[in-house]
This record gives sequence, C-alpha cells and structure tokens, in this order.
Amino acid sequence: MSNRIEELPRAEMAARTISEARRTMPAEPLLTVENVNLAIRGNPILRDVSFRVTAGEIVALIGPNGAGKSTLARVALGLMRADSGRVWRKPGARVGYMPQRLVVDDALPLSVRRFVTLGTPASREQVREALVEVGAAHTLDAPVQAISGGELQRVLLARALLREPELLVLDEPIQGVDVNGQYELYDLISGLRQRRGCGILMVSHELHLVMAATDHVLCLNRHVCCSGHPDHVARDPAYLELFGLDGARHLAIYHHHHNHRHDLHGAVVESAEDGAHG
Amino acid sequence: MDDFLLRALLGGLGVALAAGPLGTFIIWRRMAYFGDTLAHSGLLGVVLGAVLHINPQLGVVLTCLLVALALVLLQRQRGLATDTLLGILAHATLSLGLVALAFLETVRVDLVGYLFGDILAINVSDLYWIWGGGLLALAALAGLWRPLLAITVHEELARVEGVAVFPVRLAFMLLIALVIAVAMKVVGILLITSLLIIPAAAARRFAHSPEGMAALASLFGSAAVGLGLWASLRWDTPAGPSVVIAATTLFALGFVVPAKSRR
Repeated sequence: MSNRIEELPRAEMAARTISEARRTMPAEPLLTVENVNLAIRGNPILRDVSFRVTAGEIVALIGPNGAGKSTLARVALGLMRADSGRVWRKPGARVGYMPQRLVVDDALPLSVRRFVTLGTPASREQVREALVEVGAAHTLDAPVQAISGGELQRVLLARALLREPELLVLDEPIQGVDVNGQYELYDLISGLRQRRGCGILMVSHELHLVMAATDHVLCLNRHVCCSGHPDHVARDPAYLELFGLDGARHLAIYHHHHNHRHDLHGAVVESAEDGAHG
Repeated sequence: MDDFLLRALLGGLGVALAAGPLGTFIIWRRMAYFGDTLAHSGLLGVVLGAVLHINPQLGVVLTCLLVALALVLLQRQRGLATDTLLGILAHATLSLGLVALAFLETVRVDLVGYLFGDILAINVSDLYWIWGGGLLALAALAGLWRPLLAITVHEELARVEGVAVFPVRLAFMLLIALVIAVAMKVVGILLITSLLIIPAAAARRFAHSPEGMAALASLFGSAAVGLGLWASLRWDTPAGPSVVIAATTLFALGFVVPAKSRR
C-alpha cells in the first residue's frame, strides 16, 4: 500500500496549509454547539453533540446515511431548533450556506446571474468575479435550470461567497461534481479559508476527499463517535467500526505521509523537515 | 360604447393587471390549488360580510385569512398531504357558504353572480374597490418582490441569508386573499384561479426573467379581458367564462407561435 500513498502529494499540501492556518489565524470562535439533543417524532437524531468552528478552520461532519449530519448543520444554522443544548453563532456574522438539494421550478425564468444575486444584490461584474472564482463563469447568463448538477454546486458556492461570509456551511458540496471537479472544488474550498479567513463547516460522505482538506473531523452517528484531526480520527476504533477497513484505508492513503505530528490532544505539532515536496 | 361595458372593461383590466404578477408567484410556488381553496371560501366571506354588516369584499378577505390559518394548523398534523387538506377545506367552506346563505332569509344574494362573476353589473364603487385593491396588491407585491422570489427558490437558503420567511409568506397569502376579493365580481369564485394562473402560464414561454413574466402575464390577462368581453358581446355568451376561454385560447396559441427562447 505504501507506494500508492506516495503518489498523492495533495494530502501533504493540504496538511501543511492547515498547520500554516493554525499558526497564523487567531482562533476566533464563529460557531459553538454544546450538548445538543434533538429528537424528531420521538426518534433521537442527535445526542449530546458538541463542536465548534473558529475562523480559518475547516470542520467536517462525516458519518453514514441517517447519522444526522444535515440535521446538525441545520441546527447549527438556526434552521431547526434543538430540544436541548446551546447553539451560539457570532452575533452579526455573515453566513454563507450551500444547501444539499436545490431545484428551481421550470416555470420560473431565472438566469444564473439573477439566481446568484437573490441573496446579495451585486453588479454583473461582481457576479462574474464570484463565478470565475468557482470556475463557472460560462454559466453567467444561462437559465439556472439548464446547467449541470456540478455547475449548480459551483454556482451555489458563488452565491455563498458573494456574501463575503465569515462562516460557510456546505452540505455535501461536491455531490454531482465529476471526479476531477471534486479535487478542484476541494482545493478551492480549502483555499477559501486562507484567502478569506472564513470558518467552514462541511457535511460530506466523500471520506477521502474530506480528509484532504479538513482540520477537524466530527464522526457522527447520531452522537459524536470520535472527533479530532483526520489522522487522529482515522485510528479511532469507533471510526473503524463505523466505516470499516475500507474507510480507514481512505484516510490512511491521505495521511500516512506526515509532515507534522500530533500532540496528545491531537493538535498539530510542527516537524522540522517540512519541505518534503515541491 | 355603453357605460356598463366601459365599466366592465375597466374592472376586468384592473383585475387582470393585479392578477398577472400575483399569478406568476402562484405558479412558481405551486399554489394553484391553494388559491382555488381560498376562492371557494369566498362565498362564506360574502355571508360573513352580510351577517357582520361589513363590506362583502372585506368579509372575503377575512374568511380567506381564516382558511389559510386553518390550513397552517391542519398541516401540523402529519399523515395527510396538503392537497387532501386543501380539497377538504375548499369544498367544506363552499358548502358552508351555501348552507349559511340559505339561513339568511332577509339577505338577497345573487348566487350565480358570486359563483361565476357578473362583470357586466360592475358599478362605480366596485371599480374603486378593484382599482384600489388591485393597485395596493401590486405595490405590496413590488415591495415583497425580492424576498418572495428568494424564498420561492429556496426557503432555507433565503432564511440563512436574512429573509424573514414567515412575515413574507403571510403577506403573500394576504395579497392572494385581497386579489380574490377584488376579482370575485369579475369572474366569480369558481373561476378566479383561472385568471391568476392561465395568463401567467401563457407568459412562461416568452419570458426570460421573473419580472418579464409578471409583466407579460398582466398583458395577456388584459388581452383576455378585452377579447372575452368582445366575444360575449358578439355572441351573447356569459362574460366571465368568456374571459376565461379567451385566456385559455391565448395560452393555447402560445404553443403554436414559436417562442424566441434562449433555451
């Protein structure tokens, strides 16, 4: 397995930028979720869930279907009320949101440009810039129903970015995007927190990709099974139980080749030989 | 042109202008059956107006709001789909209206007029109601336009972006109730929805923006009123239904005319 690992310098890159981010960004909390419980029709969906997102940090929620990932994201956004516990968002923080599913009715004639400005008034040039940033500039004047699923994901991201968000909540941001596009989009997302310094909460089930661009993983199965840096989570027995060996290998592929170590709490400790790749 | 015909034309145009943009939202939000249900409760509103000694239009607005509220409460219980609930409310309120009418022995109500409209009997005070209510509805819709469009596309995304969803939805329901009250005299309770959705549906193929579709819907609705009245005069047909048939003809013609579409 080890030769496969070395073919993938991307992970290193991500890991290093994370450590840079950790070093340079002050840890200003944007979102705090404490001991949240939620049941829907008597069915417990979230049990005693806590986490936080700080500026410049990417937190990923992973877990099997029905684990409550999207529900947790919606609770964090204030779209759903928890039965108990505390949800705090930085007062006045601009929030960008990318919902999991969005279908615009065919009866509504709406161009991508108009769609993007529904949340934030912006000039045509500003919209174009936002679309260029996500690689969807060519869709500017297309009807929003006529673009592909992958293009729609990018357009949704552009709409969120146009708000100049401090906190970005992305629910399955790469669904419907082809494999090359997935890497591109993850690079873009992981680049965002450096360029813009925003905190990102991301829901995904694409394990291997999530791990490449994440600072903190929350492994959810109605409760938090395990959490921490991807490396740390990958070795957790609870994670192995949830995702099996296959899932574990995905993590291993991306994080075997270290350029940093962890202290006892899972935080990143810089290692001396940091320039292993070009 | 006879006076009554001029009043009919003015009344019809007033309704068509307001119904167009509102109808586009009813289509986009898939609320056609909701509008129909509110309209069905209109007769109950007329009776309520007579009992409370208030203007029948005001009675209609009040009843529509009560029905909308009842729907919201009923939707809280799960297990029955909204269209089922709407079907129950529509026919229950219409029947309730008919039964209540039978109890009002002292009040003479032109039942057929309320059910199918009596556009040729529009008087000057009706015109004030139609144009006043219609312009008010249009102005309010213009003010609501942006947030309403945002919640129509995706309610939760709009909420995260700062739209106060509940007040906007409530205001939209109020506008539907207002336009129903205003349009009742022209096409009647049973045909009001057609004036809301047919011109808007006809406009879809030719529109490239939400605002363009709304404007076209008003235009098509106005044309339908003119054509319908003309046909009614020419062939001595009932005026309200003739307007609806004219609108439907325009809608059908839209499929024949090649749309200058970007899609």
